[in-house]
Amino acid sequence: MVVFSAAADRDAEAYLRSGAAETAVDTSYPVRRVLEALLVPLVALVLAAGAFSLFLLFLGKAPADFFALVWRGAFGSWFSFQNTLQRAAPLLLTALCVAIPAHLGLVVIGGEGAVVLAGLAAAAVAPAPLLVGLPPLIVQLSMGLAGIIAGGAWIGFAGWLRARRGINETISSLLLAYVALAVFNHIVEGPLRDPLSLNKPSTAPIGDVNMLGTLPGTDVHPGLTFGIIACIAFWVLIHRTSFGFACRVTGGNIRAAQLQGLPVARLIVIACALGGACAGLAGVIEVAAVHGNANASLAAGYGYAGILIAFLARHNPLAIMPMALLVGGITASGGLVQRRLNVPDATVLVLQGMIFLSILTSETFYGRLRWFQPRGTV
Amino acid sequence: MTELGTVAVALLAGSLRVSTPFLFVSIGECLTEKAGRINLGNEGALVLGAMIAYATSYETGSPWLGVVAAMLGGTALGTIHGMVCGLARVNDIAMGIAIMLGGTGIAFFFGKPYVQPSAPLLPTIPLGFWSDASQVRSALDVSPLFFLGIVLALALAWIFRNTRAGLKVRIVGDNADAAKAMGLPIERIRLLTTVIGSGLAGIGGAFLSLCYPASWNEGLSSGQGLVAVALVVFARWNPLNCIYAALLFGAAGALGPSLQTIGISKGYYLFYAAPYVLTLVMMILTVTPGRSLHGMPGELSLMR
Repeated sequence: MVVFSAAADRDAEAYLRSGAAETAVDTSYPVRRVLEALLVPLVALVLAAGAFSLFLLFLGKAPADFFALVWRGAFGSWFSFQNTLQRAAPLLLTALCVAIPAHLGLVVIGGEGAVVLAGLAAAAVAPAPLLVGLPPLIVQLSMGLAGIIAGGAWIGFAGWLRARRGINETISSLLLAYVALAVFNHIVEGPLRDPLSLNKPSTAPIGDVNMLGTLPGTDVHPGLTFGIIACIAFWVLIHRTSFGFACRVTGGNIRAAQLQGLPVARLIVIACALGGACAGLAGVIEVAAVHGNANASLAAGYGYAGILIAFLARHNPLAIMPMALLVGGITASGGLVQRRLNVPDATVLVLQGMIFLSILTSETFYGRLRWFQPRGTV
Repeated sequence: MTELGTVAVALLAGSLRVSTPFLFVSIGECLTEKAGRINLGNEGALVLGAMIAYATSYETGSPWLGVVAAMLGGTALGTIHGMVCGLARVNDIAMGIAIMLGGTGIAFFFGKPYVQPSAPLLPTIPLGFWSDASQVRSALDVSPLFFLGIVLALALAWIFRNTRAGLKVRIVGDNADAAKAMGLPIERIRLLTTVIGSGLAGIGGAFLSLCYPASWNEGLSSGQGLVAVALVVFARWNPLNCIYAALLFGAAGALGPSLQTIGISKGYYLFYAAPYVLTLVMMILTVTPGRSLHGMPGELSLMR
C-alpha cells in the first residue's frame, strides 16, 4: 500500500514544475538551425580568405589589391558580371553531377569525362547528313539528347560498377574521366577531325544557325537558364519526391534502406546517370553556345570545379547557385588578377584548394557548437 | 633485331621506368590504408614532390637533395590530411580530393619558373653493360630509386608480418574498437602512417621529374597517383603484390611509346588510356560485391 504524504506531494509538484521549465518550447531553434547552416560555411570561407591573404603577404602582394581585383573582374561591371554568369552556367550543371549522387553517400568526381564526351557527341550529331537542313530547334534538341545520353551513360556506368560490382565510384569515375579524355583526343584528332582546323584540331563546326543565341538584353547564353532550372528541379526531386526520399534514406543508412526493400542498386545507377546527364548538358552547352565545335578547350576543368562547388553547397542544389557564382567569379577574374598582380594563373587553384580544405574542416563543427543546438522541446 | 624484340625491349625499359612512381605511391598508400584511412591526396603529393624535387635540384645542383625535399613536401601534405581527417565527421575521400587540388595548385603556382630550365638529373645504374645493342643498354639504365622502392616494399611487408609496430598498424586498420580496448593511440598511428605514406608519394614525384620523363611541366602526373590508389586494391593491401602490380601497370603505360619505336603511332591517344582501362578491368575482375576482400583493412571506407 502506498501512502502519499504532504511532503512527497510537494516534491512531486516541484519536480513537475522544473520539468515544465525544461520542456519550454525552444522557439528560436528553427532560426538558429538556419543560422548554423549559413554561419559555419561563411566563417570557413572567411578563414580561407584569411589564410590566402597570409599566403599573398608572404609573397609580397597586397591581399586588399587581390580581393579588389577579384571583385572588379567578377562583379564590378555589367560586362564582367555577364562574364561571370557565362562561366557559372556549366558549373551549375557539373556541380549537380557531384551533388545528386552525394545524397546517396557517393563521391563522384569524374564529371569532366561526361563533359567532354557529351560535347563530342553533340558536335558529332549536328553535322550528320540526316539533320542537315532541318530547323535549328530540332538539331539543337538532337544535340542535347545525344549529349545527355552520352554523359548519363558514362557516369551511370560508374554507378553500375558501384552498385553491381562493388567498385569504389570515386576511383572508377576518375579513371573513366581519363579514358574519356583519351577517347575524345583520339576522335577529335582522328576520325572526326575537320581538315580545315589546322592549328587547333577540332570537329566540323555545328553551323552558325544551330548555335544557341543569347538571353534577351544580355550577352549571356541560355545555358544559364538551363542550369538554374536544373538546380531547382533537382532540389524538388531530392527534397519533395519519394524518389528523393529513397535516395536520402539510402545515403543515411544503406542497411536501413535495404531492410525497407528500397531498390538500392537501381537508385545508385539512376542518381549517377542523372548527375552524368547534367554534366553532359554542360558539355553540350559549351559546344552549342561557346565553341561551335568540339576541341581541346572543352576540357577546361569545369568538371573538377564542380566538385568544389558541390561540397561548398553541401550538396544542396539551391545553394549550388550562389556557390557557382562565387567560383565562376573567381575564375572569371583570373586573367585580370594575373595581369595586374603579376602572379601565375595557378593562384586561383591555390585559393580554391584553401577554400575546399577550410569547408571540409568546418564539417566537424556541425552539431557540436552548443549555441545552435536545440534546448528543451522543439 | 626483330621488330618484336625491339618492342619487347622498349616495353621492359618502359615498365622499369614507368612503374617506379606507381610503386612509391602504392606502397605509401598501402601503409596508410592498412591503418584504416584513404589518402587520395597522394596525387597532390606526387605532383608537389615532382615540382619541389626539380626546383631544388635546379637551385642547389644536387638531385639527391631534391629527392629529400620532395619527401618533405609530401609529408607536409600528409600532415594536413592526417590531422584534418582525425577530426570527427570529416570525410577522408573528400578531404583527399581537396589535398589533391591544393597540392597541384601550389605545385603549379611555384613551379611556373621551372618549366623551361633544365635541372641536374639523378644518375642511373648501367645494368646493360654486357650488351652490345644500344637499345638494351639504354633500356637497362635503371634508376637507383627503383631499387629503393623494391627494398621499401620488402621492408614494409616484413614490418607488417614480423614487428610490433606492423601489428599495431594492422589492428588499428582492422578494428578501431579492439585497438581502443588495447589502449593504442589510434589517431596518432593513423596520422603517422598518413604522413609517411604521403612522403613516399613525394619521392615518387621526384622520380617523375628527375628520372623519367625527367622534366617538370603541369601535365606530368595526369592521375598516376590515383591509379596507384586503385592499384593497392588490386594488390590486396600486400606490399609485395604492389611490386608486381606496379610493374604490370608500368608496362601498360609504356605500351604506346613502345609501339611508336617500330612506327605504330596510330591510336596514340588510345594507348595512352591503357593503364586506366587496365586498372578498371583489374578492379572489375578482382572485386567481388558483397564480400570483403582478403587482406582488406576492416575500417576502410573505400568499399563499405
